[in-house]
Amino acid sequence: MKNDYKKIAFDGAIKNNPTLKLVLGTCPTLALTTAAMNGIYMGLAVTFVLICSNVLVSLLRKAIPKEVRIPAFVLIIATFVTIVRLILDYFLPDLNDIMGLYLPLIVVNCIILARAESFASKNGILPSALDGLANGVGFMIALTLMGAFREVLGRGEIFGFKVWNFTLDFFGTSAGAFFTYALFIALFSLIYGAIADRKKDKAFSPVLKEPNGEAE
Amino acid sequence: MAQFLAIIVSAVFINNFVVVQFLGICPFLGVSKDFKSALGMGIAVTFVMTITCLITYPIYTYILVPLKIEFMEIIVFIFIIASIVQMIEMVLKKFSPALYNAMGIYLPLITTNCAVLGVAELVIDQTQMASILGVATMNLGYAVLYGLFAGLGFTLAIVIMSGLREKVARLPINKHLKGFPIAMIVACFIAMAFYVF
Repeated sequence: MKNDYKKIAFDGAIKNNPTLKLVLGTCPTLALTTAAMNGIYMGLAVTFVLICSNVLVSLLRKAIPKEVRIPAFVLIIATFVTIVRLILDYFLPDLNDIMGLYLPLIVVNCIILARAESFASKNGILPSALDGLANGVGFMIALTLMGAFREVLGRGEIFGFKVWNFTLDFFGTSAGAFFTYALFIALFSLIYGAIADRKKDKAFSPVLKEPNGEAE
Repeated sequence: MAQFLAIIVSAVFINNFVVVQFLGICPFLGVSKDFKSALGMGIAVTFVMTITCLITYPIYTYILVPLKIEFMEIIVFIFIIASIVQMIEMVLKKFSPALYNAMGIYLPLITTNCAVLGVAELVIDQTQMASILGVATMNLGYAVLYGLFAGLGFTLAIVIMSGLREKVARLPINKHLKGFPIAMIVACFIAMAFYVF
């Protein structure tokens, strides 16, 4: 049981990282990675909506008829996004301005609908909540890393602190956003592929010692 | 006339939905592998965006604002969009099977396309629209016009993208760059091309 939870957390945050592996929720990723801090804000908002919607979908999974499940999921997600928006409007109006249009657009963020459809509608409450948390954290890490990369190169700052005077305007622009995203997906695939290969090699090494090695 | 042209240039090129505002990236990357499906998707999105603006703008201005329930906009809009898509699908199936065959498979995907919800949210934002269109007060006409031309901007971007991707697909590419990364690098060059405006 404990291993199951470990696997859910690992799969959601790293192995099937929603941003870098599955390439879901691309719009906010490209638009908001101009600064590292934006990644944290957006990541927190998405994680909150993901956990809440996953829990509610999981709770209602037997009550929602199969034919109308997608509209029902969208309604659940839209409700939580409205809640986030109202909370931010009241407590942190500045944040609302930074995220702007992309805050209401969390509703159509494919990550949330994908998790509701492929995980929460088939699993219990606790695993669903964990899955929401893991995917949200995976999303947040990816956005923050990309934001930090673009901020350092584009503005010479990281989390708003000055690093150096060297700046490349390219990384602040939309073309830079596409380029950075491409770079990060490729790097993720490269690094993850290398690690997986090494694990495989280790697993195979006793087999390779056999004289004929046919077991391979 | 000059203002009309300014709106077109601003909506289609300067504030291009895909490469400048990052809306509708999912279909832009997902349905741009060949020219024909890209064009079909573009036309379907343009159609839905125009009709969405035509319906959501009056509902927001004349129903939600007077009732002081603006905070319901997300829920209301997403339901309107889902219903519009469903209705267009039914109408097309009944009256124009040819068009339905061309557009049909893209329609269900459009409900969760951020470009459509994005345009509905944008046209009710007075300050955003003032900077994009350069008009002091919004009205239904501007909203629909913006929906139409923003959709055409999306179509333009996705069609250019599909053309380039058809060429790129023939090149030998590193396995880690295949698929999404190379598509995004192509998008990166398209975005640079749009800086001309």
